[in-house]
Amino acid sequence: MMLIGLIVLPLIGGLLAAILGRRYPGAARWSALVALALDLVLALAGLLPLVAHPSQTAGPWLVELQMAWIPSLGIGFHLAADGLSVILILLTLFLGLVAVACSWREIGERTGFFFFNLMWVLAGILGVFTALDLFLFYFFWELMMVPMFFLIILWGHENRVYAAIKFFLFTQIAGLLMLAAIIGLYFVHGRATGVYTFDYTALLGTPLPAGLGMALMLGFFVAFAVKLPAFPVHVWLPDAHTEAPTTGSVILAGLLLKTGAYGLMRFVVPLFPEAARTFAPVAMVLAVVGILYGALLAFSQTDLKRLVAYTSVSHMGFVMLAVFAWNEMALQGALIQIICHGLSTGALFVIVGMLQERLHTRDLRRMGGLWNQAPRLGGFAMLFALASLGLPGLGNFVGEFLILIGVFPQAPVLTILAAAGLVAASIYSLWIVQQAFHGTAREQWRIRDLTGREAAILGALTAAIVWLGVYPQPVIQTARPALEYLRQAPAGRPAPEPVAVSSRQGEHDALR
Amino acid sequence: MHFADFMALLPLMVLAAACAAVMLLIAARRHHGLTAILTLAGLAATLAVMPEAARWMPIRITALLTLDSFGLFFIALIVLATMATTLLGYAYFHAWGGHREEFYLLLLIAALGACVLAMSRHFAAFFIGLEILSIALYALIAYPRQRADSLEAGIKYLVLAAGSAGFLLFGMALLYADRGTLDFAALATGLAVPGQERPLVLLAGLALLMVGVGFKLALVPFHMWTADVYQGAPAPVTAFVATVSKCAMVALLVRLLAPLDLAATPALVNALGALAAASMVVGNLLALRQQSVKRILAYSSIAHLGYVLVAILAAGPAFVPAVMFYMAAYTLAQLGSFGVIALHSTQETEADALERFHGLFHQRPWMAAVLTAMLLSLAGIPLTAGFIGKFYVILAGAQSHLWWLVLTLVITSGIGLFYYLRIVVILFSPTPAAQAAPATSGPAVFSGALVLTVTTLLLVWLGTLPESLVQLLQHVTP
Repeated sequence: MMLIGLIVLPLIGGLLAAILGRRYPGAARWSALVALALDLVLALAGLLPLVAHPSQTAGPWLVELQMAWIPSLGIGFHLAADGLSVILILLTLFLGLVAVACSWREIGERTGFFFFNLMWVLAGILGVFTALDLFLFYFFWELMMVPMFFLIILWGHENRVYAAIKFFLFTQIAGLLMLAAIIGLYFVHGRATGVYTFDYTALLGTPLPAGLGMALMLGFFVAFAVKLPAFPVHVWLPDAHTEAPTTGSVILAGLLLKTGAYGLMRFVVPLFPEAARTFAPVAMVLAVVGILYGALLAFSQTDLKRLVAYTSVSHMGFVMLAVFAWNEMALQGALIQIICHGLSTGALFVIVGMLQERLHTRDLRRMGGLWNQAPRLGGFAMLFALASLGLPGLGNFVGEFLILIGVFPQAPVLTILAAAGLVAASIYSLWIVQQAFHGTAREQWRIRDLTGREAAILGALTAAIVWLGVYPQPVIQTARPALEYLRQAPAGRPAPEPVAVSSRQGEHDALR
Repeated sequence: MHFADFMALLPLMVLAAACAAVMLLIAARRHHGLTAILTLAGLAATLAVMPEAARWMPIRITALLTLDSFGLFFIALIVLATMATTLLGYAYFHAWGGHREEFYLLLLIAALGACVLAMSRHFAAFFIGLEILSIALYALIAYPRQRADSLEAGIKYLVLAAGSAGFLLFGMALLYADRGTLDFAALATGLAVPGQERPLVLLAGLALLMVGVGFKLALVPFHMWTADVYQGAPAPVTAFVATVSKCAMVALLVRLLAPLDLAATPALVNALGALAAASMVVGNLLALRQQSVKRILAYSSIAHLGYVLVAILAAGPAFVPAVMFYMAAYTLAQLGSFGVIALHSTQETEADALERFHGLFHQRPWMAAVLTAMLLSLAGIPLTAGFIGKFYVILAGAQSHLWWLVLTLVITSGIGLFYYLRIVVILFSPTPAAQAAPATSGPAVFSGALVLTVTTLLLVWLGTLPESLVQLLQHVTP
């Protein structure tokens, strides 16, 4: 029930915000904030004790909920959280609070509907991270798209309509391909075993002919690669990030991209081990191309927000590289990278948002010399730029380092090329700071430094990223059993039987 | 005819009696509210006798009709949609001058024709049902006689429907020439003959038949009338055309095709598959650049019928429940969206242009929320019935390995999202259009609000907890 509570709380907070927000915009903000804070308390109080003392019965799942939903079609309401999910849930709620805090003043119109959308995106993301029924997963996957679309198209910047539609078409068509693949897998499994079910634990280890397995795997892969985003389906990302309001960028970079990485780890490789192994060289090359290409394009941007957006392409390339290397160290690195990229890129978007609020421009060529005016803002920008380039002591370093070590034995050449991406990262990261904050002021800006609220947001993000850089062990410890399970799953480990969900009749009865 | 036949015919008889009663009432006393109430009572009585009729099914009633759970489901859907249309019509015509009462009579007659279609198993019944439905529709579409575009739409529909009826009749004649009977089963026996020896007359007859059916369903390339008729007809009638006449025709098509062994006649599957693919592609593409909500919904309904045809062609075990679920979801969403249009219209202007909906959320938040829910359902977004429906259709298609049709469906419905979301974005845009303040109380508002509330609740209920309906539908055979 706790997992349902986790998802339902933001939904209720969103509804309250929408209803109250028409009269009292302040109430909308507060209901969103309170709902998320309660959700975080619930997650911390409910999940962390389970992490500390896992029960021995339920496999890797720390908490599991299984109910019949549409049993006639073999669809169950199956939610579960393992260490991986727990970490991503906490990341979601933390960044959700950051997003609410940084839209506190930014959103002046239609406040209620804004927070409604924000809360519903978060609920969809929480659902994605906990759903263990493929139909339910797709349900949440779609659920998070629509509010995100509204966030971009209603509260975005100049070119928002184009960006929002591009974003939506890419993710939607890729998502529907995944749905087709899910249904294909459902029938393959059903015909082989007579049990028609969408349950993840049951579908693990479905024997697949090579060609079909590859086709189904690609259906999943495309959906997640678009989200990640991987080269060459990343083209929606710079536009969406640039045009989205700050909150939207934080959610996009910090959380939505992570659902793609999560999908690769949870579904693509465990469900289709053979096909994934065959496909791994291609995916890894795409990942390295993404790393280098993203870094190159980032360096040539003049729009600060677009620059940060391209760094996401580069950083998430590391995650894809690690996932397809599929060994313990690389996966741990991928997880750390997922979290730290969420925090550091989220923070950079928050900083860009603050600059834009003050300067009304995102053009790097018009900035310069801002350090004198806003030393605290400059300091934070410096810190997160350093995090982004992988400075030891900050979280991103741990992630990238683990990934490179993990991947090296499998693909030394690609690892070396990927490491070159790190060099590029230090160039563009320092470039941001140098262009915006140092040098001579190109225009006579008069801006104020951070307010208390803004300093609190960036301070919280800083604390998190320093903690991960210095002491990432709790995260690795939490996720280890989950990652181990994922790596063992394809090897034909007997999957726990789904209870009361799958219909055990023949195909004809099951569907008639 | 036996006692059982009469019992099974009860829904049709009650509906016919309601037609007569409404006609007599209008002759005796013209009263808008009273006529609407009697119409609703007649429809409610039809629903009430259905469980009684259900006790006798499945049953063949003479050579013409049949009653089974499949037909009964569609009759229920038709009657419920007609009730919703009646309520919407009451709200829509409430403030109008002139004769409003015959509207309800025509609605009842059209519903009767639709029910006959859903029950027919013989080409004679098919044609009778079709003509009862069509003739009532001509008058309904052109009901606001003072409006030029309504008259134009009515005439257009009349001419084209009469033409398509000609195709249909000729097709039936060819079929009769070949098989010597007008029973639907004749088609199956005729097609059971292996490839080379199939008589050309039969195939030609089948092709002509499909022209007639394709016209009613507005499949590409027989879709030309759709946008104009949807736009010209008063909104409640558009809702009726989009739901009741489509439901009846889908029921008939399933009955026509279900006995055939589609897997053994790939030519037929390919031909109908081409119609489905063309409908999905053309419908979705043409909807993209429309400036009128009614025209957008018209083109989108072309695409939706293409999706349904994919499920019909699948002909696997999942196809019947998939078709029925999809039609239920589609009917709800169409009733809701045209309901909003009807309630947002005034006597002078139909709420049709996109500008009329600018910032509706700030003026009439509930109506904007309802329309959003309906459009998201048509787009197949989770939490709405349309999502489960689309999933079910893809499931049925994948089960029969119709991969190229499923792929077309996936990609075109991705495109389709664009125009639904375009309307939604307009609903929430910041600057409201200046317009006359709508009425906020009275029976008209109540009846409209009732329809919208019920359809929205059903839409969300089927979208979140579809199990009860899915289970019901899985035991249905045509």
